[in-house]
Amino acid sequence: MALSKEQIAQRIAQELQDKWYVNLGIGIPTLVANYIPKGIDVEFQSENGLLGMGPFPIEGAEDADLINAGKQTVTILDGGSLFDSAMSFAMIRGQHVQLTVLGAMEVAQNGDIANWKIPGRMVKGMGGAMDLVASAENIIVAMMHTNKKGESKLLKECSLPLTGVGCVKKVVTNLAVLEIKNGSFHLLERAPGVSVEEIKAATEGTLIVEGEIPEMQF
Amino acid sequence: MINKVVKNAEEALKGVENGMTFMLGGFGLCGIPENCISELVNLGVTDLTCISNNAGVDDFGLGLLLQKRQIKKMISSYVGENDEFERQMLSGELEVDLIPQGTLAERCRATGAGIPAFYTPAGYGTEVAEGKETREFNGKMYVLEHAFDAQFAFVKAWKGDTAGNLIFKGTARNFNPMMAMAGKTTVVEVEELVEAGELDPNQIHIPGIFVQRIFQGTAYEKRIEQRTVTPKS
Repeated sequence: MALSKEQIAQRIAQELQDKWYVNLGIGIPTLVANYIPKGIDVEFQSENGLLGMGPFPIEGAEDADLINAGKQTVTILDGGSLFDSAMSFAMIRGQHVQLTVLGAMEVAQNGDIANWKIPGRMVKGMGGAMDLVASAENIIVAMMHTNKKGESKLLKECSLPLTGVGCVKKVVTNLAVLEIKNGSFHLLERAPGVSVEEIKAATEGTLIVEGEIPEMQF
Repeated sequence: MINKVVKNAEEALKGVENGMTFMLGGFGLCGIPENCISELVNLGVTDLTCISNNAGVDDFGLGLLLQKRQIKKMISSYVGENDEFERQMLSGELEVDLIPQGTLAERCRATGAGIPAFYTPAGYGTEVAEGKETREFNGKMYVLEHAFDAQFAFVKAWKGDTAGNLIFKGTARNFNPMMAMAGKTTVVEVEELVEAGELDPNQIHIPGIFVQRIFQGTAYEKRIEQRTVTPKS
């Protein structure tokens, strides 16, 4: 069975490490905050100017002046802090944030990522994504393995305008966990019940499969 | 103390003309200068270049200026919440310069800080870097980005005093402080205007030196774009 969006987030949460500051993008990445492993402390950075982001407010306690980068009303935890956009991106470019999790429309086997523009059709802008991918030490992409037409989103080369070059090292999809190194996708884990052959068929880029590939554990 | 107070938005926007370049604070609809935007709609000035992280929504924020076709060019990082914007952009009616959010913030900061240009890794190898100088530092590639030139900056603060000192609230701070530094004329609207001396100098986010005009804002809507809550259990 391919993973649900929640399960993709749950699998990515296993990558979190104690004392990490983490920036979560819009969509599936936001859900990662729901699955922090027990016994570790992480803080979430929201690039619009918030560290120590907490859950959505209790109904009735929403504050128009306290939102996340997805413009959703949020809360701030004890020990959190507020700052302006220049300082926020100083944290990001200055590599004070240890992990960035973001979505993508395409990822290439050399680590290129495209997620901000479909020429002539959809142009939403890159927001903070270009700053994040240009600077983060660890970038995990959360995405569906294929698009709605069933075409692979893990490619030899991105066809869409790039967000960053050679920056993605890990991808978690509804089918697999993959590492990008030496210009190829390396299969690390399969979604429960999904075969290596299915993953191969859904991956346009070069896929390296070495030995037995374990199923993801939840 | 130098008194920066003006009576209202009308007085605060004196000197605003067609074809000017403005900076407008806010992230989404959070911390936008609502009173200044309403006054720009009233004035009907056109051919504007607006530097703002977002472009509002269809019927609020900068969306109000877009509806009236007052904006010629937008310089933003993310415009995903505005259908009219996307329509005008894709049809070529509106010029749009999309730039990385951190670059936008730093370009505003540089403008106010007397830094003409700086190198950033954001956008290297993408179309954002096309035609720009690039340079290697310590084995990594960077793109040269320049400061802006804006006649007016429109800023929203939570509290301000008559000397123009400002305090922001929550994530409504966002781009407001750097834009306050960057405007040739910085106009600030506040939810609460107090006498000089009433704000604790230790708590001030932006000193009054960067502010030319300040006024007490009215009728704040402070609209929430995505109301997300945890149900009462």
